[in-house]
Amino acid sequence: MGQSEPRSVSGMSLHGSTARLSEARRVAIFGGTHGNEMSGVALVNLWIKNGADIQRRGADIKPFITNPKAVEKCVRYVDTDLNRAFTHENLSASGGDEFPYEVRRAQEINRMFGPKGSPEAYDVIFDLHNTTSNMGCTLILESSKDHFNLQMMNYIKKAISPASCLVLLNEHPLLKYSTSRSVAKHPVGLEVGPQPQGVLRSNIFEAMRVILKHALDFIELFNEGMEFPPCTVEVFRVSERIDYPRDANGNIIAMVHPNLQDCDWEPLNPGDPMFQTFDGKTIPYQGSCTVYPTFINEAAYYEKQQAFMTTRRETLAASGIRKA
Amino acid sequence: MSETETSHDDKSCVPADSPTLDNSSSCTQMEHVSLAPLSRVAICGGTHGNEMTGVYIVKEMQRKKVKAAGSLYVTPVLTNPRAVEVCRRYTDKDLNRCFTDALLSSPVTDSAPYELRRAQELNAQLGPKGGKEAVDLLVDLHNTTANMGLCLIFYSLDWLTLHLLKYMQNKISSVPVRAIQLDIPLSDAYSLEVVGKHGFAIEVGPQPHGVLRADIFNVAKKAVDLTLEFIQEFNAGRTFEGGEVEAFTLVKSIDYPRDSSGEITAAIHPELQDNDFQLLRSGDPLFLSFSGETVIHEGEDLYPFFINECAYYEKKVAFQLARKTTYSFPSVSVEKD
Repeated sequence: MGQSEPRSVSGMSLHGSTARLSEARRVAIFGGTHGNEMSGVALVNLWIKNGADIQRRGADIKPFITNPKAVEKCVRYVDTDLNRAFTHENLSASGGDEFPYEVRRAQEINRMFGPKGSPEAYDVIFDLHNTTSNMGCTLILESSKDHFNLQMMNYIKKAISPASCLVLLNEHPLLKYSTSRSVAKHPVGLEVGPQPQGVLRSNIFEAMRVILKHALDFIELFNEGMEFPPCTVEVFRVSERIDYPRDANGNIIAMVHPNLQDCDWEPLNPGDPMFQTFDGKTIPYQGSCTVYPTFINEAAYYEKQQAFMTTRRETLAASGIRKA
Repeated sequence: MSETETSHDDKSCVPADSPTLDNSSSCTQMEHVSLAPLSRVAICGGTHGNEMTGVYIVKEMQRKKVKAAGSLYVTPVLTNPRAVEVCRRYTDKDLNRCFTDALLSSPVTDSAPYELRRAQELNAQLGPKGGKEAVDLLVDLHNTTANMGLCLIFYSLDWLTLHLLKYMQNKISSVPVRAIQLDIPLSDAYSLEVVGKHGFAIEVGPQPHGVLRADIFNVAKKAVDLTLEFIQEFNAGRTFEGGEVEAFTLVKSIDYPRDSSGEITAAIHPELQDNDFQLLRSGDPLFLSFSGETVIHEGEDLYPFFINECAYYEKKVAFQLARKTTYSFPSVSVEKD
């Protein structure tokens, strides 16, 4: 990643191999973007009552419940998925009460924490999620060129080692979606599972709490002027969405195979069992190469026509960073 | 269908450790019992619309137009289709709390909660509860987010259900198979299975609501197949030997610690989480608060189950506690004409 001449790339100036970035002063922690993903709801409510654990020098850190109506009813969403609602079209639409609740909510969040894409937007937003999939701790990255986020993720992975925290990169032009965190300059998704919707598991809650502690520590160190040298980060890049086999009426006719169930991040080779019909017949994976599946059997994705996602392993290079 | 009812059909079984019974001789001395044949079985799913195993087992049976198993009439029933459609536990009211005598006989109008009306419909179709026309056996399929393996849940442990429990325990080895008894008089018994002459729920977990796991589906389907197999063998004249079996009897429910505004302040302790049916002793941890304090169990040694069941948060239940009882049962066979 070393560059011999200084040059400027959209807000980032490169001197040698260290990018000078503006301080990360305005930080938000979103919980309840999906109202039945309980770890984020519990953590954010805890920090709203008593924010001592999330204070850090040099940053204003705001815990915030993004979808209070969904949290109240303990459902994923009321009218439409808030975590798909931050499209340019929705955010720039004018009008009011006739819009779905989550679209109006997205506009409000964009006013409070954005506007998305502008210099006034929040520097960092952490969006807390749970999944029914056996994904462990997963950090979700939306851009392979976000060196700040890459360095943060590298820091977190090292801090929790030997426990693991994998990075999912969703930069796919068709499969990426407009998340609530995308309002910020540096959006960070935090997905911890497996946990059923509507259930609060102590181990999952604690894992999420620890990851956030390290993330905020990183921000404090960065704001105090620490230099983070260039590094590499292993990521899993979203490749494809695989749906359940369905009949002509759209009904599911097979289930994730027991051999694939719970095997998020483990290699899936061509010919490996993928689905099992109700009668016990195996349907194998017929891709052309080994992939790394994730979001295997996520409850919320049945209606989005997704049994699991395939990813490819990749190593990204992050330039060194330092506060400007 | 044979209308003959022996006096043994409705008799609650006698626990081996009951104070009026001599433990040492009871299990080998029980007299053989003859029971009426069973001809109609209902297999129910979707009583909670987001408990996917039952939904898909019933849908598959309906797709294949299953009407019989040998000489047995089998009716697959999707009990709460509206809740299934929206993949929620219920739309207005928990259907599986609507089968008390009082609710089944209460007058309902079109504006009454959907599930109240549906319960009365199901009672007419498969019952009536306590009546001669009721199906001989009603099996209701459920899932739980708790790590309970496979449980048969009964109100009254009659000889047939004890034999079925033993039959399943002998033939299913992939998960533990247990029985839970709810000691509630029939008039107050509130769940669907009481509509049949014999009835029990098959509860399988752990599975998140809204998720269909193949391993859970496979074991539940096996349990349904074994139930039908057992009844056909019974009807065909086979004698099933008596014996002993353990069951867990519900004692009480425990709620989460809450603050003054009713918000939960702790989660199930990691040492209790997923340890359904492991004996809880005084001093064992129950909850871990968000601020790091441990709440411990005090009092009688009991067996916890339904630990961290999603649907029970709103019912103010973190887990339930049971005593373990050993039951003796006699050999049974079908009545000869």
